[in-house]
Amino acid sequence: MMETAVRYIGQGVVYAVFAATVWYFSLSPTYVHLGPEKAVIRLTFAHAAKHKGACRTLSSKELMKMAPNMRQPRVCPRERVPIYVEFDLDGKTVHRASLPPTGLAGDGSGKIYKVFPVVAGSHKIAVRLRDSTRQTGFDYKAARDVILSKGQNFTIDFKAPMGGFIFE
Amino acid sequence: MSLLKSIIRFFFMKLEGLFDRIFTPAWNPMYCLGALGYFYFWVVAGTGLYLFIFFDTGLTEAYDSIEYMTNDQWYLAGVMRSLHRYASDALVIMVLLHLLREFAFDRYRGGRWFSWVTGVPMIWMIFAAGITGYWLVWDTMAQYVAIATTEWLDWLPIFGEPVARNFMSVSHLDDRFFTLMIFIHIAVPLILLFIMWFHLQRVNYAKVNPERGLAIGTMAMLLVLSFVEPAVSHGPANLATVPGTLNLDWFYLWVYPLIEETSPAAIWGFAFFGTIFLIVIPWLPPRRKMAVAQVNLDNCNGCTRCVVDCPFSAVSMQRRTDGAPFTQEAVVDPDMCVSCGICVGSCPTATPFRRRGELVPGIEMPELTLARMREITEQAASDLHGNSRIIAFGCSHAIDPDTLKQDNLGSVVMPCTAMLPPSFIDFVLSRDLADGVLITGCRDGECHYRLGARWMDERLAGARDPRLRKRVDRDRICKVWAAPSDHKLLQHEVVAFADKLEKLGQGDVVKQVKVQSGSGDVKEPV
Repeated sequence: MMETAVRYIGQGVVYAVFAATVWYFSLSPTYVHLGPEKAVIRLTFAHAAKHKGACRTLSSKELMKMAPNMRQPRVCPRERVPIYVEFDLDGKTVHRASLPPTGLAGDGSGKIYKVFPVVAGSHKIAVRLRDSTRQTGFDYKAARDVILSKGQNFTIDFKAPMGGFIFE
Repeated sequence: MSLLKSIIRFFFMKLEGLFDRIFTPAWNPMYCLGALGYFYFWVVAGTGLYLFIFFDTGLTEAYDSIEYMTNDQWYLAGVMRSLHRYASDALVIMVLLHLLREFAFDRYRGGRWFSWVTGVPMIWMIFAAGITGYWLVWDTMAQYVAIATTEWLDWLPIFGEPVARNFMSVSHLDDRFFTLMIFIHIAVPLILLFIMWFHLQRVNYAKVNPERGLAIGTMAMLLVLSFVEPAVSHGPANLATVPGTLNLDWFYLWVYPLIEETSPAAIWGFAFFGTIFLIVIPWLPPRRKMAVAQVNLDNCNGCTRCVVDCPFSAVSMQRRTDGAPFTQEAVVDPDMCVSCGICVGSCPTATPFRRRGELVPGIEMPELTLARMREITEQAASDLHGNSRIIAFGCSHAIDPDTLKQDNLGSVVMPCTAMLPPSFIDFVLSRDLADGVLITGCRDGECHYRLGARWMDERLAGARDPRLRKRVDRDRICKVWAAPSDHKLLQHEVVAFADKLEKLGQGDVVKQVKVQSGSGDVKEPV
């Protein structure tokens, strides 16, 4: 009888230790993902750059070599140029990248997703993007003075039909 | 690797010994880690069904519906939510312990590779189910998990557009997202359940339910925990901000801080190579496989006892091929046979009394034939003298009786104690080869070949074929199930057994059998 009681008490202790382990690690220790004085700037977009080459009209000689059902007089190359992007934070270029087009044929969008944790407060932001065959200069530029609050998620997106860079 | 196994095994054996005393072997949780895993899975599934009734799939409705369950209906839905979370966490612990234990005790190689390998995708499924569950709450932790997961996935060069862009702002997200998430959160456990079924396909008499007392105890523990520390949410998700401090569930979400500390590529590498390593480990390094059980059709009458007793479903019955007047014959699948010899112990033709012709049972192990076992037994007995002569039958995965250094003890070691046909005990005592028989093997509940100790217990108790004959004096049999760490216990039991035999005196041995020596005929006692 006594032995049984001791066993049940022992089982209670084991269950209590197991429950405490489950409970503790199900929410502890706390994890600090972003410091209390910090904010985040995300530079992210997916954009289809210009094609590498111009469209051209096939000569009649070239057309005759093709199967009758394939004879289209005008052909355009699929491959796109890589996108070149630069991001300045407080007057300093903190990121520059060449974004190759996605897809097996290199005809998809170039994409970027970069996260920059910064101290909350005032910042000068500038972004530049080149998506054409030009070798120098940029096709799109934008700059903004922002005041980031603590914990703010500030996003820089890009949509060419909407005029370029979008800050939100 | 073997050093690592020894260290883990040492801790497991100590803990199991302690739990044997606290819980008794039948309720010892360490002996049914897999069954407890199944139990927690069913708790998660059952509570999940109830939560699904109240869960609303919407950008703000998801969080609101869970808050309703947690606060307004705390007494039922709130408790269900807590059970759902804590049972999921307990499931991870059980899986980890189960994996470690099978690894440490070398129970993942040979014929057991199948259960091990099918267990690997289960780990992925459990984490996928747990992580998607946290998304559904749509609090700041869900926001963190969702963004961190998609950022991790975006490392793979398969997406045209970064998936994490879906969480840039509320305008990028709609209610359909939660419909998708709940679908995944239900589909993944269903796939997991299918793999759980698959996991046990080569395990006979798989223990998928813990003993009732253990189930009640663990359920009570979860309930008390759910009432005392109910699971709660963080604040509602807000994509305009970044979550700062989080109370992560480290059982499921440990990988995210690790990604931040290293890189998505490093964690993909860890996940990929870790998975490959777990899959190939049963063959690292390749080991010599013992010869598998062999059926001798001349002595097999198709009784099916070996099929019934095989712990790994390695023996099956098929249509007779030798023209003998029986409908079926036993067939061994060499890929599934682990060479435990339990089938030999179950064979009714495996009797050492037979003298006429060669001693060949219907099924036997080529590396330790029954004839050889009889020879070893007789040889071991020949050196014993006095009134307390003991023949010990032991298994090679527990304590080798030879190491007991006990005077007047001869030993016979087999792959598993259940390889011993009970008639051997009768043989030893009736032929006066010894005054007593010691049966020892793996501790009850943790038999290396799963069912050896159980089958032996039942055969000795007369509850399972082949049964130990009633005429055998039970006072002259000592049965001690002991782990390698229980050396002192076994030593103590053997000394006590020898004392008992001494008192019984040799003259008390009842000899009911008189076999005509040299005739070769088996004279079965009345």
